[in-house]
Amino acid sequence: MTTKVLAIDDSRTIRNLLRLSLETAGFEFHSACDGVEGVARFAEVNPDVVITDINMPNMDGYGVIETLRNRDRTSVPIIVLTTESSDDLKARARNAGATGWIVKPFDDASLVSVLRRLTGHAA
Amino acid sequence: MHSTPEASEAKTFEFVAFSAGSQSYCLEITQIREIRRWAPVTALPHTPSDVLGVMNLRGAVIPIFDLAARFGLGKTPDNERNVVIVAAAGGNTIGLLVESVSEILSVNTDTIQQTPDIKSEATRNSIQGVIAVDEEMIRVVNLDAVLGADAGLAA
Amino acid sequence: MSGQQSIRDTFFEECEELLEALVEGLAEMEDPDHSKETVNAVFRAVHSIKGGAGAFGLDELVHFAHTFETVLDKVRSDTLEADPDLLKLFQRSGDQLANLVEAARDDKDPNRDAQAVVLGELQKYLGAEDAEEEIVFDAMGLDFGAELVLPDLLDIEDTSDSSESADSSDGQSSLKIAIRFAPKRSLFENGHEPLLLFDAIAELGTLTVSADTSAIPAFAAFDPAEPGIIWKLTLETSESETVLHEVFEFVDSLCDIDIKVQQQEKQSAAPSETIEAEQPKAQAAPDVPEASAAPEAPEMSPERPARGPVKQPAPSSSAASAPANTAAAADRDHRGPKPTLRVDLDRVDRLINTVGELIINQAMIVQRIEELDLPSGANLTNELEAYKLLARDIQEGVMAIRAQPVKPLFQRMSRIVREASDATGKNARMVTVGDATEVDKTVIERLADPLTHMVRNAVDHGLESPEKRRAMGKDEIGTIRMSAAHRSGSVFIEIGDDGAGLNRPRILETAIKKGLIAPDAELSETEIDNLLFLPGFSTAAEVSALSGRGVGMDVVKNAVQALGGRVSITSTPGRGTTFTIILPLTLAVMDGFVISVAQETMVIPIASILETITPHARDLHRIGMYGEVLRVRGRYVPIVDVAQNLGLQRNVDTNGNGVLLLVETEMQELNALRVDAIHDQRQVVIKSLESNYGRIPGVSAATILGDGKIALILDPEELVKLNSDDVAPMPIIANQEDLHHAFHS
Repeated sequence: MTTKVLAIDDSRTIRNLLRLSLETAGFEFHSACDGVEGVARFAEVNPDVVITDINMPNMDGYGVIETLRNRDRTSVPIIVLTTESSDDLKARARNAGATGWIVKPFDDASLVSVLRRLTGHAA
Repeated sequence: MHSTPEASEAKTFEFVAFSAGSQSYCLEITQIREIRRWAPVTALPHTPSDVLGVMNLRGAVIPIFDLAARFGLGKTPDNERNVVIVAAAGGNTIGLLVESVSEILSVNTDTIQQTPDIKSEATRNSIQGVIAVDEEMIRVVNLDAVLGADAGLAA
Repeated sequence: MSGQQSIRDTFFEECEELLEALVEGLAEMEDPDHSKETVNAVFRAVHSIKGGAGAFGLDELVHFAHTFETVLDKVRSDTLEADPDLLKLFQRSGDQLANLVEAARDDKDPNRDAQAVVLGELQKYLGAEDAEEEIVFDAMGLDFGAELVLPDLLDIEDTSDSSESADSSDGQSSLKIAIRFAPKRSLFENGHEPLLLFDAIAELGTLTVSADTSAIPAFAAFDPAEPGIIWKLTLETSESETVLHEVFEFVDSLCDIDIKVQQQEKQSAAPSETIEAEQPKAQAAPDVPEASAAPEAPEMSPERPARGPVKQPAPSSSAASAPANTAAAADRDHRGPKPTLRVDLDRVDRLINTVGELIINQAMIVQRIEELDLPSGANLTNELEAYKLLARDIQEGVMAIRAQPVKPLFQRMSRIVREASDATGKNARMVTVGDATEVDKTVIERLADPLTHMVRNAVDHGLESPEKRRAMGKDEIGTIRMSAAHRSGSVFIEIGDDGAGLNRPRILETAIKKGLIAPDAELSETEIDNLLFLPGFSTAAEVSALSGRGVGMDVVKNAVQALGGRVSITSTPGRGTTFTIILPLTLAVMDGFVISVAQETMVIPIASILETITPHARDLHRIGMYGEVLRVRGRYVPIVDVAQNLGLQRNVDTNGNGVLLLVETEMQELNALRVDAIHDQRQVVIKSLESNYGRIPGVSAATILGDGKIALILDPEELVKLNSDDVAPMPIIANQEDLHHAFHS
């Protein structure tokens, strides 16, 4: 069974990069370009792990995390992928229910390794 | 661009051999798009005598050069056997009028010799090397040098 | 690595869109009633550029975007007010950002001086706390060939920083830390996994883990996911305790955690000294993190969905805001931009080529049928006409795919206006009209440089200094006006200024000084204005540093002509100058007369022809040995023999006078082109000669006629020039001739 990843990011470039890295690593890759689409895709895709940006139109990353944790009551890992690294923002993400925080630019090998470990799957 | 033979790993390449200005030449087969029978072309004004004109190749306008004239061997005489070799050179598609196409050679890169150190630099540059086949010397044409940007083609 | 290259390409495409959104947002911010979302959108645009740039290791771009974004964030969070000065700085920052993107895309050096100035001004708005954050972006770029860097699970960034500091610190000393870790259920609900935390800790040193399951009823299956297990960890590490806290940063409110530094000892100390093993089930610390995590995980996952009944009520704010956001977004989708499809340009161009073939094929069929001389009852005419119209419709539809609004181009020009006014100390504003006008993509690409030059000129030479404007009772701020419109099958692009107008006496003087015209030449105002387009008119000596760069208006004119267009000037002293560029709507087809010239079939654009004349011998007059003029309504118009100017030999038996085509040149001079005959008028598909060969004087392109033969498309303007220059057949490119001779020698 392949591991499903849902990446929510408004940057096409980041989505493309994630797709390239993660599909190469054998993940099933799904993406959404803003928070609202993200939570909608979550219900469709039922991913094993979610990667989300913070600054996005329509619904930001905190909204995504809160919605997934409270509306969907999901316990899948949600990783925040962002260029921010301030403690305040991290705390906000953590309080919303984020599982981890990765600062862009990401190293794809590290990301793949993190996702593999988080999902406990080989791929 | 195209395979410059390297001594270390000899490979076999295919070349199309043809005759222009009564001399034997060849081009690597991957540079050749097709070979067509000669048909009248539309002349271009203000061009040197080795530029015969332009031809319609499935909707593209391609210039046709007289290779013998290009090499300073005089204009290719009209003959039924004359053919146009359509080739790709540095992003351009061009046609070369030659007297006839003779054969396809499978050549081991080992057997391609350096161009002898002849006097004319222009000629030396436009010949990539020579291949000895039986008694004959076949010149490997360096298309880019013959028809490169400095030869009038658009960059 | 083509995958990455194509992503890089899309990144720059995306940057274009983001920059466009940025410019738009900044313009909206000038409206005092702008919405919060406008600022957010501006912020996000810069932010997304930064994010992507980071992935490609474009450090300068990241650094600039970061600084820009940090100031924008202050506006976003209402700690800084966007007053007109700041908005102006934002615009300049946007310009610099665009320059940096361009430089990165083209792999060129950006203008670092200009960038440093803007950066410095942005930094004035930053406090000390903002500056620190920037270290973050010195991080590694995305490198597909990079070796695996084992990350700290929770925070890749911090770990890489801390491990560096650990390396540099005293490597000999070592801490022994005891950790008591009791996860709450919420830890699992947030997707955390104790074993993964342990992995992360294990990377800090030597870790020993034991599980205290005493809190679980004895009959319960061993389940590491079930809260109730208390984990005891002992870590020997050369890292500081702070690093350990960072590992737990994301879970510290989701568990009870107790960290005690037991002792500080030398590295040599035995690791097995104290293990608070309270249960026989104590697990050994995994040496290789993956080895332990992987087999455990499948056992745990079935447990995950089994959520306990203890659920925190959703915070009302987010519960309320999420559906509201959704509704707002859905609403926006209806009003928002129309859905679009991204298509590879190659595919479009292939389609355009094929449609061109279709048009030619249609012409061939019509010709063949005509040759058959069918009886009139065959009733094919209607079908053929319908076929022709359908083919045209398809072609127009396909060409529309390549059409793009001129807006991004105009936005770029706004930037040029700002830069130029900064550089010249003039005040200028840009007004654009009709920026939704769509033009072929190639036109947009090829117009960028000429327009840049013209806009710079307009600010530099067109507008007066603020003092002078004030003295003349004009608004101190000059206006550069750019407009685009479709009119009668052509695209009109105008660049106007409300400056002083052309200084005609000075132009005349310059032209005479440079020997471009005779000292006693009598020129009309239009003719004087058009001197600007002569090659060699503008030289570095009289062009200021800004407009300089050795580009003259002749280059502009050539670029426009290469697109099949023309450019003209109107100017009123004291009121300003306007340049008008008129371009064909499409670059693919053209209406032309099919003519014959010295036995060759050729095509001449109808648009350039004012009138066709079959001359009477009495209207033709010789001047000197070769000169010949035609009398048209009392005016004498020079005759240009097309065959002669193209160096073609006309057969002796060709009738003497032929047909004359009256054309008007850029200089508003009338000329009569002599051809042998006009055969037909039709739309022809334009095929570039330059793509496979090169430029030929007097010929703009080629087309394929109904019989499959190629016909050259003539350039009347150049033919006239060939005539006036008295050019005999000349080499296309000197080098070619050289090479040619080289072969003969």
